[in-house]
Amino acid sequence: MSTNNVLVVAEHLDGQLKRISFECVTAAAEIAGSLGGQVQAMVLGTSLPAALAEQLGQAGAQTVFTADDGSLQDYAPERFAQVVADTVRRADPAVVLFGATARGRDLAPRVAAKLGVGLASDCTGFAVKDGRLVITRPMYAGKAIAQVALQSSPQMATVRPNIFPPAEVAPDRQEATIEPVAVGEIAAGAVVEEFQAKGGDRPELTEANIIVSGGRGMGGPENYVVIEALADALGAAVGASRAAVDAGWRPHSDQVGQTGKTVSPSLYVACGISGAIQHLAGMRTSKVIVAINKDADAPIFKVADYGIVGDLFDVVPALREAIRELND
Amino acid sequence: MNIIVCMKRTPDTATKIAVKDGQIDPACLDTWIINPYDEYAIEEALQLRDRAGEGKITLVSIGPPEAQETIRKGLAMGCDEAVHLVDDAFAGLDPLGAAKVLAAAIQKVGDFDLVYTGWKGVDEDHGQTGIYLAEFLGLPHVSMVVKIDDIGDGEARVEREVEGGHELVRTSLPAVFTAQKGENEPRYPTLRGIMGAKKKPFQTWSAADVGLDPAGLQPVQEILSVTLPPQRQAGRIVEGETVEEKARELARLLREEAKVI
Repeated sequence: MSTNNVLVVAEHLDGQLKRISFECVTAAAEIAGSLGGQVQAMVLGTSLPAALAEQLGQAGAQTVFTADDGSLQDYAPERFAQVVADTVRRADPAVVLFGATARGRDLAPRVAAKLGVGLASDCTGFAVKDGRLVITRPMYAGKAIAQVALQSSPQMATVRPNIFPPAEVAPDRQEATIEPVAVGEIAAGAVVEEFQAKGGDRPELTEANIIVSGGRGMGGPENYVVIEALADALGAAVGASRAAVDAGWRPHSDQVGQTGKTVSPSLYVACGISGAIQHLAGMRTSKVIVAINKDADAPIFKVADYGIVGDLFDVVPALREAIRELND
Repeated sequence: MNIIVCMKRTPDTATKIAVKDGQIDPACLDTWIINPYDEYAIEEALQLRDRAGEGKITLVSIGPPEAQETIRKGLAMGCDEAVHLVDDAFAGLDPLGAAKVLAAAIQKVGDFDLVYTGWKGVDEDHGQTGIYLAEFLGLPHVSMVVKIDDIGDGEARVEREVEGGHELVRTSLPAVFTAQKGENEPRYPTLRGIMGAKKKPFQTWSAADVGLDPAGLQPVQEILSVTLPPQRQAGRIVEGETVEEKARELARLLREEAKVI
């Protein structure tokens, strides 16, 4: 019989917790509230700043497990998974949450495999019924929404970014109990040696609040300067349709849709994108959708909250100018 | 270099999903393709084998008898052999169960340097099977591989896609890689490839053939119900005398009405 606690495996970069970890704390607090348990968190790394555990406590975690060891400097899936699995066995939570990030999507299945349990990926909602989770998760890139249950314990899930509001850091909250985790020698065949940044200073697609996307109507890679200029005026990420990626105009990391990324920004601006079913699947959960297309019959207008029928090479620069005026 | 590629068939990405009695309506799933991410794995494997100038690629696939047609497409692309895992006990597997079946089959195939598969299926979008599989085989894994920089005797350096860039990973071999869409475009089978595929070794194995008890494959992830996402209503077309006027009105609406900028 497990505890009723919910454990969040937190993620940090350059000494800062990632926003997704606070989003996971929000989801964890909702679940723990229904189960009558605590929110707990875990951080792994080398020479961890004390602020990480402190902030997780101020966000709502009552216990923070810290695995601070020289061998956890560089990400190694087998090693990290072993440390998390050992901690899960010790803490015995009812639920374990990870962010559905490149890291969380890599680590969570390896931990689940070590524990021999199931895992729900990319979850967008949690309810508790008879002491067990009912989990909401999209399938077919969002063309269908499933309610799933996990028959194994602990119940493990990765949480989609940009769905839950980040938990607020309240400095006057009672301090979390820090539980150091001893890390032994763990062999690892695969180790991350280096990170190569790509894509410059713009926000990352899955984390962005606003996305400006260009499709086949862009006509060529050189024309993306128009999209980039609007994106920069909005502090937005740049996306692309599969047609644009397959044509070699943009890297695959920019692709939105069924064989690319599923995104849920507050504003999605689709420029020269007709709205194929695969693309719509990847962006339909955006809060507000704007379509700019010269074909008034393009399917994208059927899902857009606002549309302008016209040549994107006229409309997009004019929109950038209008936003500048608004900001002045 | 011997490579095992785990592939499965998935509904075409153009499929319009329908729901019947609270689950996906099987009738709407009528066109099947090689899961696109598995197809990238196949392409990478073909290029690795051809660069090495030796070795073979074995496809391992779980699916109903009708999936044979899709597996043969993988052979037509240039893979050398196929193992088709067919059993009533394999219907409705979750990623945990699928990985157990694949691990048992791969151990039976034996003698490999690399296992390659797609990072997720474009049907249920779990993105887990390849990683479970690595743990069950006792091997390292690298997920979302977009590029192989160097692969040699017992070691590889590969790139995986992460937020804002690539992680460069060094791994010992054998290992399990899961493919993200990378730089390589999967090839189309040639007519010669299609004809040749009919003569390539094709084995069909059941749960008993790989030494598994169906009782251990019961899914732990249960799909309680499926619904379609809420329909979005078409909004309004912003009108104006000039492009500038339309753009100004749109900017105003986004700020004052939608409150998103």
